[in-house]
Amino acid sequence: MKIQGKVIKYGNNVDTDVIIPARYLNTADPAELASHCMEDLDKTFVERVEKGDIMVAGSNFGCGSSREHAPIAIKASGISCVIAETFARIFYRNSINIGLAIIESPEAAADISEGDMLEIDFDSGLIHNQTKKVFYKGAPFPEFMQKIIAADGLIGYIKQK
Amino acid sequence: MSDIRRKGLTMTQKILASHAGLDSVEVGQLIMSRLDMVLGNDITTPVAVKEFRKIGIDNVFDKNKIAIVPDHFTPNKDIKSAEQVKYIREFAKEKGIVNFFEVGQMGVEHALLPEKGLVVPGDVIIGADSHTCTYGALGAFSTGVGSTDMAAGMATGEAWFKVPEAIQFELKGKPGKWVSGKDIILHIIGMIGVDGALYKSMEFVGDGLSSLSMDDRFSMANMAVEAGAKNGIFAVDDKTIAYVKEHSNRPYKVFAADEDAVYSEKYTIELSDIKPTVAFPPLPDQARTIDKVGDVKIDQVVIGSCTNGRIEDMRIAAAVLKGHKVHPDVRCIIIPATQKIWKQSMEEGLFNIFVDAGAAVSTPTCGPCLGGHMGILAKGERAVATTNRNFIGRMGHPESEVYLASPAIAAASAVAGRIASPDEL
Repeated sequence: MKIQGKVIKYGNNVDTDVIIPARYLNTADPAELASHCMEDLDKTFVERVEKGDIMVAGSNFGCGSSREHAPIAIKASGISCVIAETFARIFYRNSINIGLAIIESPEAAADISEGDMLEIDFDSGLIHNQTKKVFYKGAPFPEFMQKIIAADGLIGYIKQK
Repeated sequence: MSDIRRKGLTMTQKILASHAGLDSVEVGQLIMSRLDMVLGNDITTPVAVKEFRKIGIDNVFDKNKIAIVPDHFTPNKDIKSAEQVKYIREFAKEKGIVNFFEVGQMGVEHALLPEKGLVVPGDVIIGADSHTCTYGALGAFSTGVGSTDMAAGMATGEAWFKVPEAIQFELKGKPGKWVSGKDIILHIIGMIGVDGALYKSMEFVGDGLSSLSMDDRFSMANMAVEAGAKNGIFAVDDKTIAYVKEHSNRPYKVFAADEDAVYSEKYTIELSDIKPTVAFPPLPDQARTIDKVGDVKIDQVVIGSCTNGRIEDMRIAAAVLKGHKVHPDVRCIIIPATQKIWKQSMEEGLFNIFVDAGAAVSTPTCGPCLGGHMGILAKGERAVATTNRNFIGRMGHPESEVYLASPAIAAASAVAGRIASPDEL
């Protein structure tokens, strides 16, 4: 599967409190969560994000709380994939479990700029930066996680079993 | 045992191997582990219940091995929160879940579960709350997960893990005056950074453990996640066993790291070198010792949470506040973490000291720690809190600030009106 999108870029240690502040966690409705996504860090995000956009960030993305509302809000806002140098482990798990595409790639995270156009091939793990005309390699998922992803998340995987 | 010598394992690796039915495990290996406890709160459980219902099975794997603690926005702060708690209360009733804790028995989850004896050494525990790593203080493998993992855990009694490497922290000597577990962990996070232990275990060993109370250890294991760790875990000693015997009837198993266990890094920490430490906003690794904080005026103090809402924290706060008044420009909010701690504080006369000093005492709740309720900050306001996170907007307005500290520093700051040590009062 291939996706294409424009980059919205952030720095290191983007925590789940800025992805979706706790004051909005009295609901689990994806659309409502998406309407507040990133607002404490970047008030313009909700207005400028377009379906298919790709979020790129530095190290330790999604650190902090275990709230699954964070990847849910990102996914519901239209973001098709998050690329980061590293992910905090609970966020990483949650993303796989709910079917938000994520790629760990220090090289891509360092080189990609805000507004770049990317094409990602999930089968090969290759990220094509069409603006800068370069390719990066993302870390492949272990086979077990690929099965969860293929089953559309952990619940689908358990149902299959 | 086989004749071939197996590789030395860390404490965490041994617990995971035992719960996966394996003799040994390798770093990076994906395993399926049996679970002794699955936990959720009022924010994460509603999403887990929705996912659980999608699986299409009638019963949870074990009614006794699930704990649901509505503690974040309770007593319900608004209609939506009340609806969320109602939704999970009905689920708990329908499935016969034994450990659902209603307001009146409820406490901050990570103070409550050890106190109720629901978690013991050698357990594997997952909780849909990042500070589930707290129970590592008891020598258990305990880690935070999301709601979907909680749903899967409730259904199957299992969870998948990637076997982590570990960093060993050897603690030596005794901490000085006003230095608690909180100062030690803030010092360590300041040293290794908020992603310093990413995907790894933090293993705490050494003769210094003997001078750390269980409350100190809970407070340290609690913040392992603030260094990115998968779990924090303490070697089991006489204090652990005494605590478990006092609180639990459950059988437990003590695991110790092999002498030849392999660690990715090893640190030796001289406890006598550590000074009271404050983490400046917006990250828990922005640590400064109390002599280097400068003049930081504050508007609020919060003493409580899963990090520092236990009885020793209440006693330290009372010892500092006794005979003093909270500064007129400061609101001081004290939140004993469970009903038991609340009652004990009352019986020991701590509430008289708090109220005489001009502090407010709240019923147990996570409340202000995550900017939920019971002490939200306005734009530009600053708080000293004994909580665990000082991210942007954590306690309220995105332009408010949270400084993380021990109960001693927080109580002294409430009196001084700026970040201060009890020695300055």
